Formats: sequence, structure tokens, C-alpha cells
Amino acid sequence: MAAVLEAKDVCKSFGAVVAADNITLSVNEREIVGIIGANGAGKTTFVNMVTGYLKPDGGSIRHRGHDITRLAPRLIARLGVCRSFQIPQIFTKLSVFDNLLVALVIAERRDRHFFRAVRRAATVADAERILESYGIAGYRDQIAGTLPQGVRKLLDIAMATVGEPGLILLDEPTSGISVDEKFQVMDTLMAALKRCGSTILFVEHDMEIVERYAGRVAAFYEGRIIADGAPAAVLTDPDVRQYVVGAELHRRAETREASRC
Amino acid sequence: MSFAKDKTLIGLALAIPALLAAGAILPDWLRFLLQVSLASGLAALGVTLQMRAGLVSFGQGLYFCLGGYAAGMAGHFLGVTDAFVLLALGVLVPSAVAVLLGFLMARYREIFFAMLSLAFSMILYGILVKAEALGSTDGFNLPKATFLGYAPSGAALRFATYALTCVAAVTVAMALHRYLTSPMGFIGEAIRENELRVEYLGTSPRTIVHVKYVIAAAVSGVGGALAALSVGHIDPDMAYWTTSGNFVFVALLSGTGSVAAPLIGAFLLELVRIYAVEYSPYTWQMILGATMLLVILFLPGGLWSLVARRGRGA
Repeated sequence: MAAVLEAKDVCKSFGAVVAADNITLSVNEREIVGIIGANGAGKTTFVNMVTGYLKPDGGSIRHRGHDITRLAPRLIARLGVCRSFQIPQIFTKLSVFDNLLVALVIAERRDRHFFRAVRRAATVADAERILESYGIAGYRDQIAGTLPQGVRKLLDIAMATVGEPGLILLDEPTSGISVDEKFQVMDTLMAALKRCGSTILFVEHDMEIVERYAGRVAAFYEGRIIADGAPAAVLTDPDVRQYVVGAELHRRAETREASRC
Repeated sequence: MSFAKDKTLIGLALAIPALLAAGAILPDWLRFLLQVSLASGLAALGVTLQMRAGLVSFGQGLYFCLGGYAAGMAGHFLGVTDAFVLLALGVLVPSAVAVLLGFLMARYREIFFAMLSLAFSMILYGILVKAEALGSTDGFNLPKATFLGYAPSGAALRFATYALTCVAAVTVAMALHRYLTSPMGFIGEAIRENELRVEYLGTSPRTIVHVKYVIAAAVSGVGGALAALSVGHIDPDMAYWTTSGNFVFVALLSGTGSVAAPLIGAFLLELVRIYAVEYSPYTWQMILGATMLLVILFLPGGLWSLVARRGRGA
């Protein structure tokens, strides 16, 4: 059976900066892969290339055997590769329910219908069910721009998964969420994603989150994968400790220092 | 939502007999004002439609003019007098032009879209002004309209044209309401909010904007054809930037909350203009400007927000 995602020798440079240097990564059905790395290691660039926002300079990306290297984001999404964003990309002036409704009508491929009603009973029921499964039903009629950060994140991810994608890429799902909320948010979204049967690839700085939720970890450093394997092995790898985990601890210390000033 | 449960559709359907009854009792000048307002209100509705996707067209006069000239030229040069055929041409010609221009327009947003739309309308204006065969700046008159073989004259012709305008304007508004509450219309609003997200959800914002642009052109074209039939005359001013500016003015004054808003807003604006000119002939533009300023300051959602607020409060 073809892997859900196969990236082979993927390269990307921005001028003199090499953001992806021959990245090769294969992800199998229902795997949960955590991508770690310091800022500028190429994690988000990789996600952007897989989802079509950036076109690689070289190499290939395949989803279940289909070459998606040069496809537009919408075509990749239609093949079942969806993503959430570091900064939630929601429709801030629409209600939570209407945000999901937009995502649902597109997932149902009703986006070209221009004379039938948008609020079909089945679509409304689906939206209600998704709100429940992500634990945000209480915010149903609230305008999305007024939501707390954790709920925004869940809504962003819920929108990405309405079509039950085969592969979902989450870009820092807990960034901007308080320490108290992060496990609750992750528990909720992991439970919902497992129900969809999605393969999950998530970018994360928080090693506690990575250890707890990832079945496999890929560590990025200067556009390359320097370690790939079980979380316990990767997180104790000397290179990873030096370049990734250490850098992360350093970044946290800097953040703490900055917040004191 | 079914027709029976949709208050807007019911309200619009009831507006047709109400407008026809009003036409029978209103004085000629007021009925004509209402008729012309409905025609220009349709062009403003085209502007409103695009505003709901975050696009402001400063050149909707292009399609208003194309609709008018398509009907006018068919009447003047080909001898076509049937109002329904002229109206159909007023839809088809602007739509065909919009399909072509849309490939370019759908690539642009914000001020670039606004300025490009203005540029196209001014190009048409420039061509028409130079075209002596089309009457240059004076334009030309249309022949008397007939209605499926019925050829009224005098008061009967005026009422028939009024009735056609009312039925066409309200029918177009109803169809647009259906469109706006359809998936494609709904996604248009999402595009205004976050185009990137719409693309990542799996659809093409550019295609949706293109379709919206063509629909807006068709609606404005109907307005232009109805205006030509109502007035019996067309000239290049239909494409001039002040005409397009007037449509934007009506759209802002009315708000984007309902398809009925620009039709009502266009009528109210014409009333304000008539009384402003009557009582303050040298400063009437200042009165219109002040009206606009007050609406922007106190009713940023346009006059329709008063109706919507009342509806929510009830």
C-alpha cells in the first residue's frame, strides 16, 4: 500500500537561505508524526510545500501515490490533504457555526451551487455534530473574532477536518494557548481526529506535547531531517538535544527573560 | 430554506402587486422617479453584490451602459421593439463582456480592482463619445417598445414600461437573494473575510469572484436596459465615472444587508436629490454629501441596518 505522504529530496531556498535541503520523509496510514525543530529549521516551509502554498525548487511530494508537488492548495485539499495554521485562519466576522458551514459546503463539493439553499438539514446536522465533537458547541452563535485563542485553534482545526481528510497537517496546534489549556485542547482534537481516521502530522515546539501525542518524531535542523523515529529515541538523540531541544530550552529562557523586562 | 419560510422572498413577491397598485395611483412624476430608481437600483445592487465579497467597483457604469446600449442599438439599428428581447440583450451583452473581462478582474482585489473597473468604464465612455454613428455625446433615442405584440402608446405605454420595470427588478432581486443564500453566494462572504482559508478548504476564490462579477454585470445590464426603455434615450454618460460613483453612493447609503436595500436606497436618494435641488439649487450637492457623511458616521451598515436592528429587536 502506498504511503499517505512521501516527500523525496524536497528542496526550497529563499535567496541564500536554504529552508529545505533534500528532505525525505514517508508517513504511513494513521501515523501521528510530530515535527520538531528550532525556529527557521524549515518545519513550516515543509508544511507549506506539502499543502501547495510553496512550490519546491526540487524533489517530489506524493500523496497515496499521486504527485501533488505542483498542485494548487485547493486541489491538494480536495485530494484529502488539509491543514490548520499557526495563527488560526478563521472567518472572524462570521459565527462559529457559519465558519463550519463554509467549510462543510466546500467539503461536500457544493461550492458551485448558486441557487440551492446553503443550510440543508443534513449539512446543519453535520455542523452541529462537529461542534460537539470538538467541544465548542457552546460557542455556536458567537462571532469567531471574539473567541478565546484555544477555541479559535479548535475551530481552525475543525474546519480543516470537516471533510475527514486522509492526512491533516497541524502547524503548532498549541501555540498561543495557555499551559493550563494545552493538554485539554490537544486531547479534544486528537480524539476528534482519531475518530476521522486521519493520519496526523503536527509541528510543535512543546516537547511535552510531542512526547505525549506523537507516535513518531522527525527533527528538523537547518532544512534537513537530523533524526526520525520513536519519540524516546529522537528526543534523546545527541544531535537533537544539542540543536533542537537545547535550542528550544534556550528559546523558552529568552521568552521568559523578555516577559520579565 | 423553502420559499414559504423565507421572509425576504415573500416580501419581494408581495412588493410586485404593491408596486403595480402604487403605479396606478401615483402621479406620473413620482411613478417615473420610482421606475428610474428601480433601474439604477439594480446597478447599485450589482455593486452591493461585489461588496459582499469585499470588492468595490467604481466602474459599474460599464455594464449599466452596455445594457442600455445593447437594448438601444437593437432598437435603433435593427428595428427590434419587443421589450423582452431588448431586455434579454441587455443581460446577454454585459454578461458576455464580463465573462471575458472577469478573467482579468478576478485576479485583483481592493484598490486595484476598483481602479481597473473604473478604467474599463471610462474606456467605454471614451469610445462612445468618439462614435458619431452612435450619436457621440448626445446619444440617441429608442423606438417605442412593444410587449409580445402588444403596442401601447401614451399613458398605457408608460404604465406598461413601469410594470415591466417593477416585475423585472423585483424578480432579479429575488433571484439574487437565492444566490446569496446559496453555497456559492455564502462562500463569497467568506472570501471577503479570508481568501487564503477558502482556498485551503478546497475551492477557488478566483472562480467564485469571477462568477460573482458576471452576475453583477448581468444585474447592472438589466438596470441599464430598463433605464433605456424607461427614459427612451441613451447616451455615454451611463458609463461616466459619476454614474458609477452614484451606484457606489447608493450601495453605501443602503447597506449590504438585503437585496431590497439598494432598490429602496436608490429611490430615497432620488427623492433627497429632487428636494435638495428644489430647495437649495446651488448647494444641493452639499446636502447629498452631508447625508452620506451622516450615514457613514451613524449607520455604517447603511440604512438597511435600521430595518435589521428592528427585526432583531422584535
